[in-house]
Amino acid sequence: MQPLGYQTLREHMRARSAWKPAEYLIWLIPIAAWFVLPTHLSLLSQIAIMGLFALSLDLLLGYAGIVSLGHGAFFGLGAYVAGLLGKYGWGEPLSGLAAAALVAGAFGYVSSFLVLRGTDLTRLMVTLGIALMLSEVANKMHWLTGGADGLQGVAIWPVLGLWRFDLYGRVGYAYAVAVLFVLFLLARRIVHSPFGQSLRAIKQNERRMHALGAPVMRRIVAVCTLSAAYAGVAGALLAQTTQFVSLESIGFGKSADVLIMLVLGGTGRLYGALLGALAFMAMRHVLSGMTPQYWEFWLGAMLVLLVMFARGGIFGLIDVLRARLGWARA
Amino acid sequence: MRMTRYATLATLAAGLALGAGARAQDTVKIGLILPMTGPFASTGKQVEAAVRLYIARNGGTAAGKKIEVILKDDTGVQPETTKRLAQELIVQDKVAILAGFGLTPLARATAPVATEAKVPMIVMAAGTSIITNDSPFILRTSFTLAQSASVIAAWAAKSNIKKVFTIVSDFAPGIDGENSFKSGFAPSGGTIVGELRTPLQNPDFAPFLQRAKDAAPDAVFVFLPSGQGAAFMKQFAERGLAGAGIKLIGPGDVTDDDILNGMGQPAIGTITAHFYSAAHDSKENKAYVEAFEKANAGMRPNFMSVGGYDGMHLIYETLKKTGGKVDGMAFVDAAKGMTWTSPRGPVKIEPDTRDITQNIYIRKVENVGGKLYNVEFDKVEMVKDPGKK
Repeated sequence: MQPLGYQTLREHMRARSAWKPAEYLIWLIPIAAWFVLPTHLSLLSQIAIMGLFALSLDLLLGYAGIVSLGHGAFFGLGAYVAGLLGKYGWGEPLSGLAAAALVAGAFGYVSSFLVLRGTDLTRLMVTLGIALMLSEVANKMHWLTGGADGLQGVAIWPVLGLWRFDLYGRVGYAYAVAVLFVLFLLARRIVHSPFGQSLRAIKQNERRMHALGAPVMRRIVAVCTLSAAYAGVAGALLAQTTQFVSLESIGFGKSADVLIMLVLGGTGRLYGALLGALAFMAMRHVLSGMTPQYWEFWLGAMLVLLVMFARGGIFGLIDVLRARLGWARA
Repeated sequence: MRMTRYATLATLAAGLALGAGARAQDTVKIGLILPMTGPFASTGKQVEAAVRLYIARNGGTAAGKKIEVILKDDTGVQPETTKRLAQELIVQDKVAILAGFGLTPLARATAPVATEAKVPMIVMAAGTSIITNDSPFILRTSFTLAQSASVIAAWAAKSNIKKVFTIVSDFAPGIDGENSFKSGFAPSGGTIVGELRTPLQNPDFAPFLQRAKDAAPDAVFVFLPSGQGAAFMKQFAERGLAGAGIKLIGPGDVTDDDILNGMGQPAIGTITAHFYSAAHDSKENKAYVEAFEKANAGMRPNFMSVGGYDGMHLIYETLKKTGGKVDGMAFVDAAKGMTWTSPRGPVKIEPDTRDITQNIYIRKVENVGGKLYNVEFDKVEMVKDPGKK
């Protein structure tokens, strides 16, 4: 590879970050879904929310290469912040999201210093530990969170004072997709920025980045904070659209689900997170509708098969197929 | 790449953990939401079996309408899923009635949907007093913890039990049970020597029971959701509480008929207060148990099943009263004050609370012909929910 001059480097990065035609098509899907599946909007909004959650993990795992088994902690924290605000008299949705992002981000900032110590396996344990602790705190603070009974009586005001959350989930869906889109744009901008590039470099070779004099620690702290804030917004969206927060939203199950979604879709490409969430949630919905008793078996079987035969997730599979067909990788 | 391997590992681990949730004129659709998988699957199985049995015994039509049941699994631990399923059932499937609801959080999360859609919601299992206050469209055919706990408290106070240690599951019904027991027991001169709450999911009872044993009470009062009793009973025996002369009392959830027979020797002598025992002596119950066991490969009906069976009865009888119309509030109004003889005995839907009033029986676990049963030896007639203010 030829060394690149500054100008050519800038052009190169611009070209990489330019919107491709396929991307426009992808964002037509949620608009089409509104018309095609008007009776499934509450499920679709939960898919959009899980997509945002998976996106937050992708920033951490897919770009910076930091594994986490406790991402549900930030999701749950955001959910409780938005839920509690709604319960105690401040149901304005957008500021609720901002508050959730702030609190989850602050918690992410603090906990990132624990993540800095150690490598992958240690990080798995540390993140898992933090999530378990937070989940137990939420369980024990029954007077505040409602414990295992969940947070009842969350009242969310109309979005922008205009649209009330309805039974059909129309407003919830439009709201969730709009937030997802805006945050996706931001994430896309970030990963194509020099900051994003340096994250990838850290993932590829952390020691070399140290040697180059890059502020590796600061970058990791920054991405942990950002990712936690994203997860917090996702949690807040769930709390606002369902007007309820359960202990489950902060539990290990959420951390596990999101990791499965991300790996299912493919890491380090943003769209993988969205596709993974869509595939996982749709699969779960269809299977549990077909066999209410045994759907977990089939879901588990499909996941094992996918991990075995489709390394790199669904997007990985697509790449392999494209290569076979002789198309260049986009 | 090393990272990928860990990610794969983590995914596998996570995957493993996951294995461990235009109205037709002549049809009435019932959306039945139950935990068919997960830790509370036994409740779902029992209620569903009872619902199917009711339809099999009483025909697929009521007041000239075809009854269609749509079953959904909410996994028992995700209230937002229950709520979403209820929304979908109403919006997509156009169900006229919601039913099921295995646990309190699931029912409470769904209550606003019933209110907004004006759809009657029949709670067939969950047992916290407050549930019926959450929506004017809720009717309950199960029970409340306060009914059973207050009766066992009065019985304990009369039966020379002075010191009691309470262990309850840490969620609303457990806290209801604990409070009703205390408020019934303490004024009659009893002392609570200790109280502990176990987590709702994956509890390990050993340390709790050790603490209880160390406090040397006359009896341990226990409430656990249906299905967790077997593990508790095993630990109760292993920790030697029975050997130390400590009695086991509580609402009947712990000696759930579904799993009672598998508990073996340690369960014998446990005294509970509850609204249903498969051993209840009446011709209605004999026929019910026989038909249930025949239809479900020998599975014994438990108290959850009766909630489902009576829920269907309430729906059928109310439809007959309304001439097959399900008009939200009109349906609920028609159901108010309804009385009938259930396999559990006489029951009534209270007109003001929409909650169930029923006999609470005091039972003792005994070996009857080689099988364990809750044998009723006393009863308090027509107990209203004491948890309503």
